[in-house]
Amino acid sequence: MELKSNIPGGPIAEKWDKHKFEMKLVNPANKRKYHVLVVGSGLAGASAAATMSELGYNVSCYCFQDSPRRAHSIAAQGGINAAKNYQNDGDSIQRLFYDTVKGGDFRAREANVYRLAQISVNIIDQCVAQGVPFAREYGGLLANRSFGGAQVSRTFYARGQTGQQLLLGAYQALEKEIAKGGVTMYPRTEMLDLIVVDGRARGIVTRNLVTGKIETHLGDAVVLATGGYGNVFYLSTNAKGSNTTAIWRAYKRGAAFGNPCYTQIHPTCIPQSGDYQSKLTLMSESLRNDGRVWVPKQAGDTRAPHEIPEAERDYYLERKYPSYGNLSPRDIASRAAKEACDSGRGVGPGGLGVYLDFRDAINRLGRDKIEERYGNLFQMYERITDEDPYKVPMRIYPAVHYTMGGLWVDYNLMSTIPGLHVLGEANFSDHGANRLGASALMQGLADGYFVIPYTIGNYLAGQKLEPVSKDHPEVRAVEREVEERTRRLLGIKGKRSVQSFHRELGKVMWEYCGMARNAQGLQEALARIPALREEFWENLNVPGSGEELNQSLEQAGRVADFLELGELMCRDALHREESCGGHFRTEHQTEDGEAKRDDEHFTYVAAWEYAGEGKTPILNKESLEFENVHLATRSYK
Amino acid sequence: MNVTLRVWRQPGPSAAGKFVEYQARDISAEMSFLEMLDVVNEELTAKGEQPIAFDHDCREGICGMCGLMISGVAHGPMKATTTCQLHMRSFTDGDTITVEPWRASAFPVLRDLCVDRSSLDRIVQAGGYVSVSTGNAPDGNAIPIAKPDADAAMDAAACIGCGACVAACPNGSASLFTAAKISHLGYLPQGQPERYRRALKMVAQMDLEHFGGCTLFGECQAACPKEISIDTIARMNRDYLYGSVFEREESRSAGGAG
Repeated sequence: MELKSNIPGGPIAEKWDKHKFEMKLVNPANKRKYHVLVVGSGLAGASAAATMSELGYNVSCYCFQDSPRRAHSIAAQGGINAAKNYQNDGDSIQRLFYDTVKGGDFRAREANVYRLAQISVNIIDQCVAQGVPFAREYGGLLANRSFGGAQVSRTFYARGQTGQQLLLGAYQALEKEIAKGGVTMYPRTEMLDLIVVDGRARGIVTRNLVTGKIETHLGDAVVLATGGYGNVFYLSTNAKGSNTTAIWRAYKRGAAFGNPCYTQIHPTCIPQSGDYQSKLTLMSESLRNDGRVWVPKQAGDTRAPHEIPEAERDYYLERKYPSYGNLSPRDIASRAAKEACDSGRGVGPGGLGVYLDFRDAINRLGRDKIEERYGNLFQMYERITDEDPYKVPMRIYPAVHYTMGGLWVDYNLMSTIPGLHVLGEANFSDHGANRLGASALMQGLADGYFVIPYTIGNYLAGQKLEPVSKDHPEVRAVEREVEERTRRLLGIKGKRSVQSFHRELGKVMWEYCGMARNAQGLQEALARIPALREEFWENLNVPGSGEELNQSLEQAGRVADFLELGELMCRDALHREESCGGHFRTEHQTEDGEAKRDDEHFTYVAAWEYAGEGKTPILNKESLEFENVHLATRSYK
Repeated sequence: MNVTLRVWRQPGPSAAGKFVEYQARDISAEMSFLEMLDVVNEELTAKGEQPIAFDHDCREGICGMCGLMISGVAHGPMKATTTCQLHMRSFTDGDTITVEPWRASAFPVLRDLCVDRSSLDRIVQAGGYVSVSTGNAPDGNAIPIAKPDADAAMDAAACIGCGACVAACPNGSASLFTAAKISHLGYLPQGQPERYRRALKMVAQMDLEHFGGCTLFGECQAACPKEISIDTIARMNRDYLYGSVFEREESRSAGGAG
């Protein structure tokens, strides 16, 4: 497999403008003749579908929820970055670019990241014009806050519901286009496979989640904006329905999977409270603007937090990383929390927690100010834990949150299957081995509003696409495979529920492919996952039939794919004999426990290629060139 | 703790439904209501029975996908809380809890506790947006917005579209949902050009979808997990009235040829 990144030539600051000029255009009158299928309706999918429809393309959009407004982007809390430099604190496109490349531990593609930083400023303007109610200062201008891994304030926010408000903006734009007839929306519809004809992505096979009907949708290009695969760990901050099926099916049809092992463990989540737990809830990173993270200095100190005097507290982030302090990047803050708990200083049940304390901020700014900034987050915390964070420090612990890995794409966001484009968290592109806070919303919207509307035209104008009929043998074959698989899942009639398999897979992944990994553990996981998968296909119990609303069946299909993806993640983690960003191999660390990269051998994207059932996937490498940011050891000290 | 559930079971949209009783045993008070249902569903699956279908996704109170009538109260007994954020500590050992889907003629039942809320999307399609295409926006700071206006817009924009307001309303009205969107955009300068037209169109669509009218019971406000104020309905009525009187008919003229 050849990985052509298609990065335009010229100086980095001019690449995107030059590329925009050089790309082919589709005549306005011809756009409506092209049919683009967009899978997913989160920030990336909704913004892409709406914008392509505005341009005149004929768009179909699919989501498994009952409305596009429910996509998981809605749960993003803290904010969205943009290099506006409204605060006059030295921000610039160059600095956002630099922070993102460094934050990603030098494992992202420079040209993509630079474009992202450039576009960031347009996103804010677009969202304001749509009526997104960003926080404002008394003078009426936009307010900012700080996020991890940055020393400037460039994060725009709408209370603790930034994702919700940005998604509603994109959703409203999408509904506007649906009303106009430019987009046909298919809610409660799940993509189950990709149709590739003559080497190009030409359609998808879906299941109507209400009637169970398997349907084929054909078009001229397919855009996947289906989010991340953090739910492979069972417990994560993802929504329950978030899954890997769309990108995994595409992988099995020939799209390379980039850096599957790069997983972000978010440092501030509410700790697990029992075995029945169905998901973990994030507490926004923005809380670290005012909250201070600490544990008792003494291991085994069981006193209530307010009884522990100042001198006996270890504000370990401020101690270890004085220049970034509580706003150290996520991978670093998560590992530091794990280290504190591993040394017996964790707090709360099982010692799996650290304090996030607002006492000093409340004393300094007053309760009202804190309530204004984080009110809904404090309320959410109280709902879940029954503790009042205005009085008692929050207890937090790291949890799986985001996956930097995803389908490999070129500069045009096209995968290794021509015509298959991948946006947002579903692709691997911009965050390297660690994503900075408030950058996911930025990337989703950049891809959807400002990149794909240009690059899709370039693809379509450069092809001669023959019409494909539903009777085409390739189309029928994929449809039959999907039907057969559904029948197989229903026909096992074993003893174990889908949930029990998913939980077990999650435990294996968390233990061996979580915050810290090593060769021995990964090999153990590589032995256990195939065994679990085998049991799944022999002993699964899915009640009901395929011709009805059947949530167990939906879940079964997703877990079947997670059982395959988990293995690839472990394989990728095992091969990457270095530590970088969220990928921490215990064999590769510095004396003070920091990640130790191996730039000589691993400055590349690992793009895995499916080789067929039961065969070892093939590793392809896209080497990364750093011409604008000097490769350096990442330090936040 | 142990609780008895009376759950509405309905195999499909046109099938007859009925209440079925289940025992939820050894439930922890730390569980969320949905986690308790997960446990019941695991037991049903083990027995080879169909688990109870219910909608849910983010389980952190923001996506708006979940929503159950719990002993007659939309989203259950805790104020300003979605079903997924309701915990079993709000109940006592030995309670009998009735669990039903949202009841409204505009929300047909699909299966068990899942309903079709696409009527809410169609209300938004009627005008719940600012007609601005990607790429032609002025600088974000070009139009200053007074903080109180931005805050009021945000209060209204917090609606998660769960439909609890409709389910709680004796008339099955979607007025709070519709008014929240009209108010969110109406507070902002970006929403002004289409303000009255928006109100007219969204209200008309609400009627077409067979939602009832608002007679100011105020149940919606009490049920709303995001505490959207009923004041938004007054704003909606004012914009609707103003629009009915002053909104110009859309021009039919295509203009002269160039």
